[in-house]
Amino acid sequence: MAAIHLVINNNPHEVDVASDMPLLWVLRDRLNLTGTKYGCGMGLCGACTVHVDGEAVRACQTPVSSVAAKKITTIEGLSADNTHPVQRAWIAEQVPQCGYCQPGQIMSAAALLAKSPKPSDDQIDAAMGGNLCRCGMYGRIRRAIHRASASDVGAGKGA
Amino acid sequence: MAISRRQFVMGGAVAGAGALVIGVRLSGHLVRAQESDPGAKKAAPNPFDAYVHVKPDGHISLIVAKSEMGQGIKTGLAMILAEEAEVDFNSVSVEQAETRPDIYAHMGTGGSGSTQENFTPLRQAGATVRELMITAAAARWNVPRSECEAKKGSVRHEKSDRKAGYGELVDAAVKLPRPAPEKVELKDENDFQLIGHATPRVDIPSKVNGSAQFGIDVRVPEMVFAMVARCPTFGGKAAHFDAGKAKAIAGVREVFEIPALGADKFTAGGVAVVADSTWAAMKGREALAITWAHGAAVSESSDGMREALRAAAKKSGKRMRNDGDVDAVLSNGAKKVEAVYEMPLLAHATMEPMNITAHVRGSDVEVWAPTQAPDWVQGTVASVLGLKPDKVIVHTTLMGGGFGRRYMADFPAEVAQIAKVVGKPVQLVWTREDDMTHDFYRPATCHRLQGAVGAQGRPVAWFHTLASTSIRGYWDPKADPAEGESGGARQMPYAIANVRLEFNGVTSALPRAWWRSVEHSFNGFVVESFIDELAAAAGQDPAQFRRSLLVKPPNWKPKFEYDPDPARLLGVLNLVAEKSGWANPLPKGKGRGIACYHSFGSYFAEVAEVTVTGSEFKIDRIVAAVDCGQIVNPESVRSQTEGAIIYGLSAALKNEITIKNGAVEQTNFDGYDPLRISEAPPIEVHLVTSKEDPGGMGEPALPPIAPAVANAIFAASGQRLRRMPFQLKSA
Repeated sequence: MAAIHLVINNNPHEVDVASDMPLLWVLRDRLNLTGTKYGCGMGLCGACTVHVDGEAVRACQTPVSSVAAKKITTIEGLSADNTHPVQRAWIAEQVPQCGYCQPGQIMSAAALLAKSPKPSDDQIDAAMGGNLCRCGMYGRIRRAIHRASASDVGAGKGA
Repeated sequence: MAISRRQFVMGGAVAGAGALVIGVRLSGHLVRAQESDPGAKKAAPNPFDAYVHVKPDGHISLIVAKSEMGQGIKTGLAMILAEEAEVDFNSVSVEQAETRPDIYAHMGTGGSGSTQENFTPLRQAGATVRELMITAAAARWNVPRSECEAKKGSVRHEKSDRKAGYGELVDAAVKLPRPAPEKVELKDENDFQLIGHATPRVDIPSKVNGSAQFGIDVRVPEMVFAMVARCPTFGGKAAHFDAGKAKAIAGVREVFEIPALGADKFTAGGVAVVADSTWAAMKGREALAITWAHGAAVSESSDGMREALRAAAKKSGKRMRNDGDVDAVLSNGAKKVEAVYEMPLLAHATMEPMNITAHVRGSDVEVWAPTQAPDWVQGTVASVLGLKPDKVIVHTTLMGGGFGRRYMADFPAEVAQIAKVVGKPVQLVWTREDDMTHDFYRPATCHRLQGAVGAQGRPVAWFHTLASTSIRGYWDPKADPAEGESGGARQMPYAIANVRLEFNGVTSALPRAWWRSVEHSFNGFVVESFIDELAAAAGQDPAQFRRSLLVKPPNWKPKFEYDPDPARLLGVLNLVAEKSGWANPLPKGKGRGIACYHSFGSYFAEVAEVTVTGSEFKIDRIVAAVDCGQIVNPESVRSQTEGAIIYGLSAALKNEITIKNGAVEQTNFDGYDPLRISEAPPIEVHLVTSKEDPGGMGEPALPPIAPAVANAIFAASGQRLRRMPFQLKSA
């Protein structure tokens, strides 16, 4: 156990945990940031996706010691009030069903759009291929990414 | 809100504290079916399932035990109530009922039933609110009722330009006699402002910012985390384990055995590890170094199960339908077609693995459960702890997927065993591996179909032998294993004179239960594949062949319960044919397949367009036509259609649970990988406008998708795929 300094959603945190504890469990069980989800523990489903220095990473595969002092953003830090273009597009396209995978989907999509503001369908497939949605909302996810990309975000109206 | 049981029970006649309370009795097949389900141990002491609560501020709460798992039920129910009550959608909120079987008669969410059960009762309840408010206002102003109009939560008397909000009329409305629910006047469907109009779901905003609380997100002060090491082999147990090694892991607090529980709990038992984080519990569990004593199931394998099913499908079995004389036709000179279809075990694989949180404080228990059946959780926890159910408070959380898995009471039983020892709030978390290897699986089945086509190209015989590792056969070995397995096969809708269905059960120690669309997930594939095979044998267009057999005589009546109305099935078939451009030819290597099917009260027809290249195929497009009766929220109908199609495609194209030495071989999404975004075809959904009673939407889009794809592959390549997941041989 060692004290590890983390910067999450611009807030500093000190946590005293084993250095190999995955970031996922530090977020969920130590810091009560439960928006980041556990789905598989093997980096196969993407439910735990967060940003580390702007890159989408799987928190279940990220030892906490490897992200000390790096800039970590979780779904809770994407915006204060659901106004990030991806969140607005997600609402406009009524993407979530159960919603469990959506924090990970949204973080993957936000990282994609930060790098490729006008992604092609192939780029969407590549960036989102690691995020499973068992409710099968892939068509809506694709539409929402294009919508966010076009900044053509409506005022929360249903499609 | 503090309302006594008496106030609830008397809800049909008296008011709650300063508010108007109207009790609602849900209706329909599913409510009756639930009365006999294993979760409902006792007769409900009052007739109401839900309560409408009009508050002095004009806000209306609907309190109902319908769990939200992404189907949008909280939105749909609010729409129905607001429509008839003549209030803004936003002034109605749907609250999760407390788990009080003494107050709420039915608590389960499943069987695509929530809209079907609630639609008419909630319309009546809403209309009761509206009519009582009008009566109260008319009396206050001393004007005729007929001159008053209710709109947007107020009653208006235009002549005198007076207006009163519902909130200010509550006190007077409470004192009025209640009209009988079935007598209250309902709105004309043509006047609907909400029902049938796309409405954004109320649960979505919290699902895009991480604030939505699923079961696994429950955080209670001083909470600890638990995992259970379960024997990979069904029926096995730990022969030896090293608690010391587990306790040596930092954060691990307790290690102890919990016994397996039978009856309707069906837990595996095992070794519980309690720790101060999920991860420490996981690491502690890994350190246990368990030697397993394998149980009787160690001799089971999916290969053996497959052989047993194939043999059972060849034998004569329990006769479930017998029209005309199949034997006579199959033994004469008609052109015969025979096919064998096989489907594997399947896991539910909800994105949120099973989990549950409980706190046992002496004889008082509090549980936080992501569940489709909170009353079953309550009864199970109480029975494990030897308490009365009313000592167990169950909070129902959001669920990260249900699909039938969250009807089960195994994880609730486990957490009760653990929480009793721990004495603190404890969250039991299943890893993905636990979830996949200790599911209640969709049964594996084998189907032998024999048919004959007559001289004019009309089918003259249909003989289906269904062999299944049935669900009933697992839950109650003394029950008839045929029960619940033949839906959709027995109701085979095509006008064929000689039809027989026979059933044979195959036993297995593997847990089985309801998976999205249950038996329709296999019978839909078989019926809609074999009718396509008969069309091919007859040399006819598959859509036209079906059309000619969907005949509704003038005096048509359902022969079996749940028999589809042939005209409605034909309606969606024609719609999907039109919208998909069925008549337009496709280039070589491409093909279209069609399937139509009724289940859970709704009618679906689906067309798949595929491209076949060697042993590879790609689905280019799916077109679906939906007749689910009166649509409440078209947005949810579209979403459920898309979702059930993708869920069905995962099974058709990729997923299979296999068994070796009595254990599941797939342990995570590497071995059981649902469809991903690059594999998901575009889906077009076309809705039929209808005033029929609403059908279900959670499941019925699923059954026709696999046969539509298989039929498309046949059209493109000439290969029939009769076994899931599909594997194409190179041409």
